[in-house]
Amino acid sequence: MIELVKVSYRYPGYRQPAIHDIDLRLGAGEVVGLVGPNDAGKSTLGLVAAGLAPASIGGELAGDVRIDGASVIGRRPHDLASSVGIVFSNPAAHLSGVASTVFEEIAFGPVNLGCSAGESRTRAREAMELLGIAGLAEREPSRLSGGQAQLVAIASMVAMRQRHLVLDEPVAELDPEGRQLVSEALRSLARAGTGLLIAEHDTDLLDALCDRIVAIEDGRLAPAAASAQR
Amino acid sequence: MSAPWGRSTPEHAGGAAAHGRATPDTVCGPYHRLNPLTKATLAVAVTLASLALGGLLVPALLFGFVVVPGAIVARVVARMLRLAVVATLPVAIAVVLVQGLAGLGVEGAVAVSLRVFVMAAALALFGLTTPARELVADLERRGVSPRIAFAAASTIGALPALAAQAQVVRDAQRARGLDIEGSVMARIRGIVPLVGPMVAGTIHSIELRSLALEARAFGRPGRRDLLWAPSDAGWERALRWIAIALLLAIVAAKATGAVGRLP
Repeated sequence: MIELVKVSYRYPGYRQPAIHDIDLRLGAGEVVGLVGPNDAGKSTLGLVAAGLAPASIGGELAGDVRIDGASVIGRRPHDLASSVGIVFSNPAAHLSGVASTVFEEIAFGPVNLGCSAGESRTRAREAMELLGIAGLAEREPSRLSGGQAQLVAIASMVAMRQRHLVLDEPVAELDPEGRQLVSEALRSLARAGTGLLIAEHDTDLLDALCDRIVAIEDGRLAPAAASAQR
Repeated sequence: MSAPWGRSTPEHAGGAAAHGRATPDTVCGPYHRLNPLTKATLAVAVTLASLALGGLLVPALLFGFVVVPGAIVARVVARMLRLAVVATLPVAIAVVLVQGLAGLGVEGAVAVSLRVFVMAAALALFGLTTPARELVADLERRGVSPRIAFAAASTIGALPALAAQAQVVRDAQRARGLDIEGSVMARIRGIVPLVGPMVAGTIHSIELRSLALEARAFGRPGRRDLLWAPSDAGWERALRWIAIALLLAIVAAKATGAVGRLP
């Protein structure tokens, strides 16, 4: 479970917090959608929920973020990497740049976690099968279509066997075919019990996937009435 | 049919690249298959020997008898020369201008430019024949921190990425009517609107990429059990030591005055 308790976060060099007094809970296996206009704070909330802000990018956090009951404050992102992952809208950002095949790219995370080579291979294989991309195993990561690359980015997180995944506009840069591929993959993940927090403008995607949708505006979550409980 | 991940032998663990098929358009041969450290040692030895001995003869000999044969075997002669010329040209122009202003003549400028060219060619040969993944795996196997190994690999991969980013920005600015062709002044005026977005875009990409790496536990301390590492034959280790010994001998000879001014 990911819990944000009265969370405010301010980026380094800024006076005003980007998000204010956020109370949000992502239960085990729950799929929560996050909607809001540009600059409303969706991406910031995602970075905070994934434990990357302020640990990686600095800034100031007030309140508490708990992942599976333990506060993330003072913990490095690599300590959280086996619990929560994040996928950005630009799949190219996820490529390590040091893998020459999709299979290696997906195994990169498990290797970093300290898994044995055999375990890393097993995890990569299972993640690819779950997302239906086993056929891409030997392809070069930088030569994939947008949709395929986003599936590889998601698979690279799934291989780390995280219980929660934050997705920041996962279909924003994809064509309709890519959107369809990613939508189906997220459905598979949800069925497999991974908790998903999906920040997205595409409300059709959220309607089809989410248990509930919350709205954010000017860095604050909208009142419960404005958010949809499904 | 057995899936690539089902095979357990190291030579299969890397999939296509382990068989020398790093990318579809990459020509792979014996030079590509050399250990990355061997190729790096040769590149550094050629570079330092050219710088240490100077003149025209030694850099030309090193280029002709070490760099060019390597490039021929690797089948990257044209690309290597193109990269080396691109890297050398601004330096050569600057050197000619400075030497001209100082009244030192053309010979010195040519010697400096040749050394830069040989250095650029040696490094280009290394970059063109060494996939980043191989360098990272090999350095890490030798106990180098993954962060340092990754930084080294990223540096190799940065130029093509920057070139691609520059092309995107250039196309976008052209579409908005920016004149970056024609007279020299027009080209110079066109640089500023290109550099700003390019730098901003590159910084954003780097930030996003480092966050993604953090989320994939890249910063975790401790050794990693790599899926694959490049081979390192005994004769390659011997070749590296020979290159290092020759380099040290050259530097010592030059420092002690045993070797005079070379043509």
